[in-house]
Amino acid sequence: MEAWFSLLVSIFFTVAVYLLLSKFIIRVLLGVAILGNAVNLLIFTGGRLTRAVPPVIAEDADVLTGPAANALPQALILTAIVISFSFFAFLLVLAWRAYDELATDNTDEMRVAEPVNEPAPPLGY
Amino acid sequence: MKSIILRTVAPFLTGLMILFSIFVLLRGHNAPGGGFIGGLIAVSALAIYGIAHGVETVRRAIFFHPMAIAGAGLFAATVAGLISIVVRVPFMTGLWIYPSVLGVEIPLSTVMLFDTGVYLVVIGAISSVALSLEERGGA
Amino acid sequence: MDTAALTFLALGLPFAAAAFAPVLTRLLGQYAAWLLALAPLAIFARFAAFVPEIANGEIVTGGYAWVPSFNVSFSWLIDGLSLTFVLLISGIGALIVLYSGGYLKGHPQQGRFFSFILMFMGSMQGLVVSDSFLMLFVFWELTSITSFLLIGFDHGREAARRAALQALVVTGGGGLLLLAGLLILWNVSGVTQFSLLLSFGSELKESPFYLAALLLVLGGAFTKSAQFPFHFWLPNAMEAPTPVSAYLHSATMVKAGVYLLMRLNPVLGGTPEWQVLLPLFGVTTLVAGAVLAVRQTELKLMLAYTTMSSLGLLVMLTGLGVPYAIEAAALYLVAHALFKGALFMVAGIIDHETGLRDITRLGGLRSAMPLTFAVALAAALSMGGLPPSFGFLAKEEIYAALAGSDRRSMVFVALTVLGNALMFAVAFAIALKPFLGPKAATLKPVHEAPLLLWLGPAILALKGISIALMSGLAHRLVTSPMASAIAGEPRTVAISLAPHFGVPLLLSGLTVLAGIAFYINLARLRAAVAAILADIGWGPNRGFDQFMRGLVGLAVAVTRRLQSGRFEVYMTATFVLVAVAMLAVPLRYGEFPRAPFFSSDVPLHELAIMAIAVAGLLAVVLATDRLTAIVSLGIQGFAVAVIFLLYGAPDLAFTQFMIETLSVVVLALVMTRLRLSPSDHRPLAQKLPDFAIALACGLGFGLFLLKVTGVPFDTTLTDFFNLYSKSIAHGANVVNVIIVDFRGTDTLGEIAVVMIAGLAILALVRLRAGSLKRGVPMEVAADEAHVEERV
Repeated sequence: MEAWFSLLVSIFFTVAVYLLLSKFIIRVLLGVAILGNAVNLLIFTGGRLTRAVPPVIAEDADVLTGPAANALPQALILTAIVISFSFFAFLLVLAWRAYDELATDNTDEMRVAEPVNEPAPPLGY
Repeated sequence: MKSIILRTVAPFLTGLMILFSIFVLLRGHNAPGGGFIGGLIAVSALAIYGIAHGVETVRRAIFFHPMAIAGAGLFAATVAGLISIVVRVPFMTGLWIYPSVLGVEIPLSTVMLFDTGVYLVVIGAISSVALSLEERGGA
Repeated sequence: MDTAALTFLALGLPFAAAAFAPVLTRLLGQYAAWLLALAPLAIFARFAAFVPEIANGEIVTGGYAWVPSFNVSFSWLIDGLSLTFVLLISGIGALIVLYSGGYLKGHPQQGRFFSFILMFMGSMQGLVVSDSFLMLFVFWELTSITSFLLIGFDHGREAARRAALQALVVTGGGGLLLLAGLLILWNVSGVTQFSLLLSFGSELKESPFYLAALLLVLGGAFTKSAQFPFHFWLPNAMEAPTPVSAYLHSATMVKAGVYLLMRLNPVLGGTPEWQVLLPLFGVTTLVAGAVLAVRQTELKLMLAYTTMSSLGLLVMLTGLGVPYAIEAAALYLVAHALFKGALFMVAGIIDHETGLRDITRLGGLRSAMPLTFAVALAAALSMGGLPPSFGFLAKEEIYAALAGSDRRSMVFVALTVLGNALMFAVAFAIALKPFLGPKAATLKPVHEAPLLLWLGPAILALKGISIALMSGLAHRLVTSPMASAIAGEPRTVAISLAPHFGVPLLLSGLTVLAGIAFYINLARLRAAVAAILADIGWGPNRGFDQFMRGLVGLAVAVTRRLQSGRFEVYMTATFVLVAVAMLAVPLRYGEFPRAPFFSSDVPLHELAIMAIAVAGLLAVVLATDRLTAIVSLGIQGFAVAVIFLLYGAPDLAFTQFMIETLSVVVLALVMTRLRLSPSDHRPLAQKLPDFAIALACGLGFGLFLLKVTGVPFDTTLTDFFNLYSKSIAHGANVVNVIIVDFRGTDTLGEIAVVMIAGLAILALVRLRAGSLKRGVPMEVAADEAHVEERV
């Protein structure tokens, strides 16, 4: 089972990185969204896979016994999903604002913070 | 959105979803659910309502500014952590009381307050984003 | 109140006074000086109370724990050496505060000046009484910083700014060397206090780290005490107002390096390295400083270069390791502080009253300023080493030490005589030339200086004579304990106005004769030195500029290379590094996972979901229109949600469903407004390398995951949560219990992040809405105009 998941995770990473490497900001954004899923799946698989039994303790028991899914990676991933969405939304709005101001989606032309041929700092005192 | 079906169904759907989100929040400690999921369901409800009836209607309906709701949530979560100071145990230690109302024992805890805080933050922050984007989209 | 608390208060007093100085000055003008001078006076009184105890050979230590876990304390050590320094610092400090009251009368920033100089006083005083290494370092750097503020006090002028920065770079850099040296001492000895270090002398000298520690400590001391070739910042520091030059750059701060050498002499001294390096640098500095002093015609610069000479002399004496040398160093240090402080203040008076400080343009002031003339003469006697001054005693002791050294040090003797003779000439050039001769034209009508100005130098000059007359008392109370502390064993200073007869007196006479000859031929000598210097044409001072320019140039070049400003380059570099990190380690160590086993008993629906996810991914990459891209993104997200559901994570599945729905909605809302195609318009040749990098990253993570899942799983944490989630935290849903209870603080941070992201998005959206409708705030408007200009 893990082999299939490793393959899936590597496809997720390949696609995410490929999109992140393109110059166009929309594709970069899509890459960010996919990268989040890639990392979540990586953590999820790393915590081992158990089919169908959620980590919920039965009514009449005090301790979770028997085979059940690993709860810890789930807790980590759950908050990660929400946070990566927040960041995704932030980047999306940032991209939209940048497009409005600069009228381009090509990151090569977004040079406000680091302009081309920036003058050297003053050398005097 | 012009669809008459959606406009008719939306208020009921939204109400049901918000009720469901509270249910999910409260049962979260013992069954799948919790603040994050509950909050997201509520946000979806508000988003549907916004699509059907316009953002202004939603803003009027929730009365508070979404960020104010989020702030209140963060405050509640922090307070839930700080209550433990009163009984001199470390920050964020979960505390439980079992008051009996009409013969039914109701477990209350700082953990529940904390989860409610999470719920409110998620509702506030994400619906604020969704609403402001919908608003711009409509303009 | 116990004595420790009182000492602690005395150490803090200057900083408290510094805090009140601006207010007091606003209320009282220059008369605030009288009040503020009470602070150093109180300190003087406090430490003067230690004199009898210390004179009996006792050592006072005290302090408080500072960082107990690192064995760092705020503790002081008061012995003959530090006591002499504290008395000089507070005594001269009080006089300098008064003098500044007159010198900067009516200056709009006088309050700030008082504040700086008192802060400096506190730092310097803390430096010399520090017992703990760290405390010494902190105060050492504080003196560098306050000196920076004081030199740059007149920050409107570029020369002042440059001098301030130069002093900070040189002395601050030296401070870092010192810190490294002290850390080595700490490491080797295991103690952090000078008072405890004394017993580790032999251990340190045998340590293989001795030379490293010595060089680092010397680096700190030589930069602070302006030893050649680090001397250049000192003359430039004369850009500071004269009280600063008199106080920091002659009497106190520049002596911090000498102080450190003296403090460490019993521990590090006595080795061949110590006895070669110190005299060598010292005598070079002595001669270089004296020669450069002759070259100058400006009063303050002449004094500055002779200060450099004197510091060289002190360093040489500290390292010489012959009888009388330590005693001579102690005597000369006290004498120098008195006469150089006085002479600087005299130079300031002349400058203040005439508006001139070029010695060739001054003359005939004796009738207008008789008192100043007398003070200058008395101080010059001491500087020239003539009786009946304290400088005379010091000089006799120096020659006694040199005469007692072996033949190999003949060069040192000759060079010391030369340096002293030149200093003699400069001393009398300063004390006589402006006052004798015909009256020269001045910028304003000349009259005697006011009380606040002449009081300080007069007291110092008088002191220089009186302690020579009462040398027995001075030796018993001050110089003998000081020499004992430097030597690390009891020493008695015995020199009086009756000199050492024989060779020392002969050398002394020779110095005076040569000095008189130099004085008479000063103009010719100056021209000759100027010609030589012009021939050389380069000095460390210009070197400093070249160094700073080079540093900035290097920083610019490195920054341009590392930060090209192109997003693509950053991303490529990042992911190439990721790929290398993920693949290089298994390649290097052969840690590849076993060949993957694609089990065939996987249910069909699971494989189908995976296939759907992959299809969604490919569709995102290949999409040519917006809607396809958005929907495909949704497809892979929902597929992931289903995978979560299938593998026992309903919480994750629900969250993922909701988030993917919202993502699609939000993306659609924004994308419809960006008239952009999501497809990649680049030629294939550009896409291929990107794809190769992406594939390498994907492969790396895949192999990593295979390897991770191939080893046995450590269930410690999971077992913990499964065991205690209900019994302790009263929750059956382990995932939720972890989120809101076991790792609640973490979640609190995470919801704060969500909230902040929400606020940021709102701000971004609002900014746009505002700029269209209601007009924009000033800086935003300017910013936008700027952006448009660039575009």
